[in-house]
Amino acid sequence: MSPQGRLALVLGGLVGLLVAVAAAALFLGSAAISPGAVIGAVTGRAAAESVERVVTLSIRLPRIAVAALAGGALAVAGVAFQALTRNPLAEPSVLGISGGAAFGVVIGQSFGLGLTVVEAVGLTGFAFAGALLAAAAVYLIAAVGRAAIQIQTLLLAGVIVGIFFASAITVIISLLDFNRLGGVIHWLLGNLAPISPGALGLFALLLAAGFGLVLSHARELNLLALGEESAQQLGVNAERLKLMIFTGAALLTASVVAFAGPIGFVGLVVPHTLRMLLGPDNRLLVPTSLVGGAIFLLVADTVARNVVAPAELSVGVITSFCGAPFFVYLLRTRYRGTL
Amino acid sequence: MTALAEFRAVGFAYPASAKYRARPFRLANLSFAIAPGEIVGVIGPNSSGKTTLIRLLTRVLEPGEGEIALEGKRLRDWGRAALARRIAVVPQGVSRDFPFTVEELVLMGRYPHAPGRYFENPADVRAARAAMDATGVLDLAPLALASLGGGETQRAIIARALAQEPRLLVLDEPTAHLDLRYQAETAALLRRLNRQRGLTVLLVSHDLNLAAEVADRLLLLADGRVARLGAPAEVLDESLIASVYGCAVRVDTDAGTGPPRVRLLYGRGVAGHV
Repeated sequence: MSPQGRLALVLGGLVGLLVAVAAAALFLGSAAISPGAVIGAVTGRAAAESVERVVTLSIRLPRIAVAALAGGALAVAGVAFQALTRNPLAEPSVLGISGGAAFGVVIGQSFGLGLTVVEAVGLTGFAFAGALLAAAAVYLIAAVGRAAIQIQTLLLAGVIVGIFFASAITVIISLLDFNRLGGVIHWLLGNLAPISPGALGLFALLLAAGFGLVLSHARELNLLALGEESAQQLGVNAERLKLMIFTGAALLTASVVAFAGPIGFVGLVVPHTLRMLLGPDNRLLVPTSLVGGAIFLLVADTVARNVVAPAELSVGVITSFCGAPFFVYLLRTRYRGTL
Repeated sequence: MTALAEFRAVGFAYPASAKYRARPFRLANLSFAIAPGEIVGVIGPNSSGKTTLIRLLTRVLEPGEGEIALEGKRLRDWGRAALARRIAVVPQGVSRDFPFTVEELVLMGRYPHAPGRYFENPADVRAARAAMDATGVLDLAPLALASLGGGETQRAIIARALAQEPRLLVLDEPTAHLDLRYQAETAALLRRLNRQRGLTVLLVSHDLNLAAEVADRLLLLADGRVARLGAPAEVLDESLIASVYGCAVRVDTDAGTGPPRVRLLYGRGVAGHV
């Protein structure tokens, strides 16, 4: 089958699955609301201030939207960083980008920024600045005194920078407001709290920009995967490509960190599952990862909301419980020889 | 006839702490031209500048001095995609970290013909299949690159270069990891592409005998300079090779008619190099 045909088939299937999962998530939650009441709320038959209407439309629905958007963005960022570093195990957090963005968010919060629309712009700006700061640090560590950046050095630098920023976050919280430390640790694992419709729209807009940058360079990413010099000799402006992909992936990562926290492993689990199905072609992986990531994080969040009800887990706990063994599996089997 | 590609007094030095090599290296006053339809072999010891020459010709590196022209136009005035439609490089190997199939690899050669296209069109697919047919890998199209042997991988990479439909084919050590049979196949393939399609070839090789067998002219590099440029019989001179490579060799020809054959005389150094 042609790549176009495979893309249409898999993307169609994933979109159908996403709709089904989102619908199911609407009926599940710690508040005991009957399926009939949920349908009533969605179709507008419930009273304006009724519990089922508030829970369904103001809590569950926005949370589903945030989970779907964040999951899709993280999966696409994973594909982008994997192609950029030519390392199939790369991920926003491995490269230190999530850590830098989280550091930016904590700094922004210390200035009192929250998630109202105006403040969210500022908070995302802080997250993006943090991501750039982390990337600049990684770049300087890996590039100074070298004619070209070694991929392995880049990854190691990313891990080191990530550890540094995680420590910096703890220091800042301890100094400013020790009582918030517990809340921050909860957020560092990923916290998909519902946000206002305005903030949600802003979140979607930021992600659309980042996704567009990655998608429009998906074909070049295939060429880059085989080596930078080779890509240049095939007509790719490699420096510009890397800048575009980095900007897109950093924007996706920073936005998710600002709105939902640094959720790990989505960028690893989803692209690899899709690679098993579709092969390494980034033109197929980028759009399908958007939908696949949405499904994965939505399922993970629904589990996190319900498994210890009425309490709930951080969604990052679920993604890590899936992702960590998956990472080990990949390391020990598929990439044993290459890494 | 204007040269297809021409180096005019090209000089280049890597930055002092470059990753490329441990000791300082520079290319100095390099001048030579490649005529349309000829096969030029570039030979020389390690660190003589062979790979640097390819990087300069494909604008991976910019010359520090002098200039390089393609079809009479300065290289830096060519766009990257336009350049890739004229010069195709066969690297020593490709990364196998991502399991692309042979067909996916060869289709990548179509990128410079329409960089803005998301998927290749049917004409691209036809060009890729023709290129795979030319190097005998059409049957391997759906297989993952990592599952191929050395000779098959090499032919798949050459097919990708042919899918670019270039005027100049540049090969970087095409037989470095191949056993004898594939070396012979590669030589035959290059001659066939040159004669049947008029494809101009720049062959960079450690293998003096392969270069002498295939090339019309040889360019011998030593320490970033041209040691000699000319017909294989002129360049493969016993005393010249001995002084450039620092080892004793014997050069014979098949019954005085075929290309020269270089034979290493083991254990016999050259004065000053032992």
